[in-house]
Amino acid sequence: MSVFLLEANLALLGIFILLLEVGLPTISRRTIAAISIGGTALCALLFFIAASNDCVSLPAFVQPWMKLDRLAMFYKGLALVITLIVLWLTHECAPYVSKYTVDGRVTELFSIPLIVCSGMMWMAAAQDLVTVFVALELVTVSFYVLVAFARKSNLALEAGVKYLILGALSTGVLIFGIAWTYGATGSLSYEGISHALTSAGTAKGPALLGAAFLLAGLCFKVAAAPFQSWVPDVYQGAPIPVTTFLSVGSKAAGFVVLTRVVDAFLVEGSIIGSEVKALLLILGALTVLLGSLPAMFQQSVKRLLGYSSISHAGYLVLALACHDSIRSEMSSGGIIAFYLGTYLPMTVLAFLVLAVLRVNGGGEDIRDFRGLGKRSPLLALAMTIALASLAGLPLTAGFMGKLFVFISLADQAYWGALVCAAIGAAAGFYYYFRAIVAIHSSDSGLASQPLTVNTASKAGAIVLSVAIIVLGVYPRPLQKILVKEAPVAAKAH
Amino acid sequence: MSPLEIVILLPLLSALAVWLGAPARATSVGTAVLNLLIVLGLVWQFKSASAGKAGFAYESARVVLDNPAIAFAVGADGVSLILALLTALVTFAAVWQISPEKPGIYHIASQLIAGGAFGAFLCTDVFFLYAFHELALIPTLLMIANYGHGDDEHRKAVAWKTTVYLGAGSLVLLAGLAWVVLEFSGGEKLTFDLTALKAQAAATPLPAAQQATMAFVLLLGFGTLVSLFPLHSWAAPAYASAPTPVAMLHSGVLKKFGLYGLLRIALPLLPQGFQAEWVQQALLYMLLGNILIMGFVTIHQKRLDDVLANSSVMHMGYIFLGLAAGTEIALRGAVLLMFAHGISIALLFALAGRLRSQLGTLELSKLGGLGSHAPVFTVLFAFGTFASIGLPGLANFAGEVMVFIGCFTTWGVTNFGPLQWTVAFALWGVVMSAVYMLRAYRGIFHGTAAAGHFMKDPAFSQRVPLILLAAVLLIAGCCPWLLLGLMKTDLATVAEAASTAVQGAAKAAAGTAH
Repeated sequence: MSVFLLEANLALLGIFILLLEVGLPTISRRTIAAISIGGTALCALLFFIAASNDCVSLPAFVQPWMKLDRLAMFYKGLALVITLIVLWLTHECAPYVSKYTVDGRVTELFSIPLIVCSGMMWMAAAQDLVTVFVALELVTVSFYVLVAFARKSNLALEAGVKYLILGALSTGVLIFGIAWTYGATGSLSYEGISHALTSAGTAKGPALLGAAFLLAGLCFKVAAAPFQSWVPDVYQGAPIPVTTFLSVGSKAAGFVVLTRVVDAFLVEGSIIGSEVKALLLILGALTVLLGSLPAMFQQSVKRLLGYSSISHAGYLVLALACHDSIRSEMSSGGIIAFYLGTYLPMTVLAFLVLAVLRVNGGGEDIRDFRGLGKRSPLLALAMTIALASLAGLPLTAGFMGKLFVFISLADQAYWGALVCAAIGAAAGFYYYFRAIVAIHSSDSGLASQPLTVNTASKAGAIVLSVAIIVLGVYPRPLQKILVKEAPVAAKAH
Repeated sequence: MSPLEIVILLPLLSALAVWLGAPARATSVGTAVLNLLIVLGLVWQFKSASAGKAGFAYESARVVLDNPAIAFAVGADGVSLILALLTALVTFAAVWQISPEKPGIYHIASQLIAGGAFGAFLCTDVFFLYAFHELALIPTLLMIANYGHGDDEHRKAVAWKTTVYLGAGSLVLLAGLAWVVLEFSGGEKLTFDLTALKAQAAATPLPAAQQATMAFVLLLGFGTLVSLFPLHSWAAPAYASAPTPVAMLHSGVLKKFGLYGLLRIALPLLPQGFQAEWVQQALLYMLLGNILIMGFVTIHQKRLDDVLANSSVMHMGYIFLGLAAGTEIALRGAVLLMFAHGISIALLFALAGRLRSQLGTLELSKLGGLGSHAPVFTVLFAFGTFASIGLPGLANFAGEVMVFIGCFTTWGVTNFGPLQWTVAFALWGVVMSAVYMLRAYRGIFHGTAAAGHFMKDPAFSQRVPLILLAAVLLIAGCCPWLLLGLMKTDLATVAEAASTAVQGAAKAAAGTAH
């Protein structure tokens, strides 16, 4: 079955939903949600059936620019799953989000994510920089709309403007980097770039300049330094489903590109290998510190999760720098994919609880969490698990991800980076624990009436909590998917 | 499925059940009773289960990750079984004495701590050993922060101090354990399996200097968790302000994890490191700090909970002394002392908790003359007091004596070295415990009662856990071989490794001298 066709249909469905409202202005939100969620679920179903039967293919005309390897399949699956979750969250949050939109309608929130999803899926398979750029911009431009969607809220407007300006700047940086890379290596495909970097005739200076700009531009998408400053404001201002999408989907999409680009740069015998590694180590350590240290002083949980998202990006950039872990069977790409796979349930769960509080009229500050243990034991337990996992406590999914990163750093003897990562993790214990204490606090703070939680949210919270624990104590199946694959060629035919 | 897995998972499941709305007291006490029976059965069966086996009994391993190799592996030898028995006994007493009007979170936290402690003592995989201890730590800290004694400001401050100390200690410990795993994983693959690590450590020992550094890192990490002297200042306020069941479980059971970890990981894997001169010297100074300095601090306390909390810190010094000596007798004494201290401090904290809830104060100056009103209570308290002092016939005495004797049976060395000097100083600690415990006892139970501070004996059903703990103290004190018999050869190998290390070092020193 052609994956490409699936993705194209998903994007078309998104456009169709947009047009639907033009044609039928009175169509109910429920119908639109049903079409959008149903369509995506169908796509996801078809995709997973095809993937598990190993009968996926690409049409001939995209073959030169795309390739379906194990990593691509993993990230495509991840994109579908997170899109589905985001659409469902949007449906849950629609009553309060619609208060902040101009006409009280939220149709775009059900259509644009589909387009983003196909963009992310293309990006996962892309093999050359132009394809990457087009797919990346499809995602980023869509997010400009999504972030600023709740236009009646000043915070959302602020978030939109910040995201737009920094996004545009980083796009410029990225395209500048692509140009230099092309100039230095004479190629736009990963294969060509890595080939040129190992040959003697390539000039080192321009190649390095291109690599630096390329990496910096991509760092914007994954919320890593030097382009991390937009994150807290945007997370705070954007509607909760969009924030969830940004923190998992956009980050995953950015990291699959980063993984492939860095793989190309760090190919055996590359002339810029050591410099790129050093750059990644510095950026990663900086990101961890810039994420976790300010997080200790946050009062808003959304901002806290924003900063935490930065520090998680930092660990992943550090993992990239290790390139190839010596002793675990996973390459850096596998480790990052594993980390993101564990990152999905915990982040989504945290935002889900925030969304439920929000729908119940609560705020987003740590003090609004006080007494949650009494108001809804289930959600309190779920949030505790999510925060513990984000902090990287053993027996949760978060610890396993961090374990792989730390092991790779120790294997490569990057002690300085390891110390920075440890400082970040220690700070993480502090700020997540503050929220956990508030949840289980005995006095109920401002509101004390029990929360109304609908069945879907309850089921979601249970499934995600169980996923976090299972991944934390039995990560073997997920790791099995991601162990170093025998050369990519094995899968190509 | 190994019975040990059931022992570990039962408390966790009961905590989950209570959280989701099961009747708190019935579920929690039922689980504790069931678990106690299972553990007693395992102790009973241990001889036949471990017959002809070199390693652990009741073994089972479930692989959770291939590379690095991590498995949910459980197994018990004599040492871990004794500590599991301690956990089961103290958990039973702690959840039984929770008064019914307390919210369910008391039971949830107690069961989580119990499950974590069982896991930490019974897992033979470094990852799960560490992870279960962390699991037990979190409810402890949450309970101090949210349900502790004292005003809001005070317990928040205490909770944060404890969190910072234990969090930092855990991180140092994690670094030390990671170092152990990185160094002792043979071949291409990292492994967290303790037996494999031990085999590799024995096959290719590291240079002594590196071993010493690693052992010191582990000592600092584990030591913080056990309130080793300069890293101890979290412990006393934490116990004094923790809710009673949490104080019982943490000071009685969970704190022993640090000592258990040293005995299980640092001593066997890094014998030369742990016996290196500077590590030994540092440890001896630190444990003397525990015994002498904390002894004086305890004497000057004005409230019963502070006395007990500080005495608990002080008594850790004797167990460390046993580990420092490293001979088989001393190590066996140390394990016995861990058990005895756990039971006696849990009994004392339970009684102090009753005093507090009935009288509303623990100020020694306001208490007095309770003996005539509450004879049963007085007798039980006397058991705890005398055990804590080290009166012959109660469990602590046997342990302390074995530790002291063990310090003098060093390996053919006849001179009076630093270790023996330490014992000479440490003996004064016994006098100090007698001073503060007897003074507290006299102050509370003798003399005349201050106006308004009367109390009744506990109701009959409330006596059950207290009498059980007192009886255990008496039985283990009169027949210590019941417990000592469980540890057959596990500690002999550790002691032997230490002896070889010391003699090797002595030989090397003699070689350079000539």
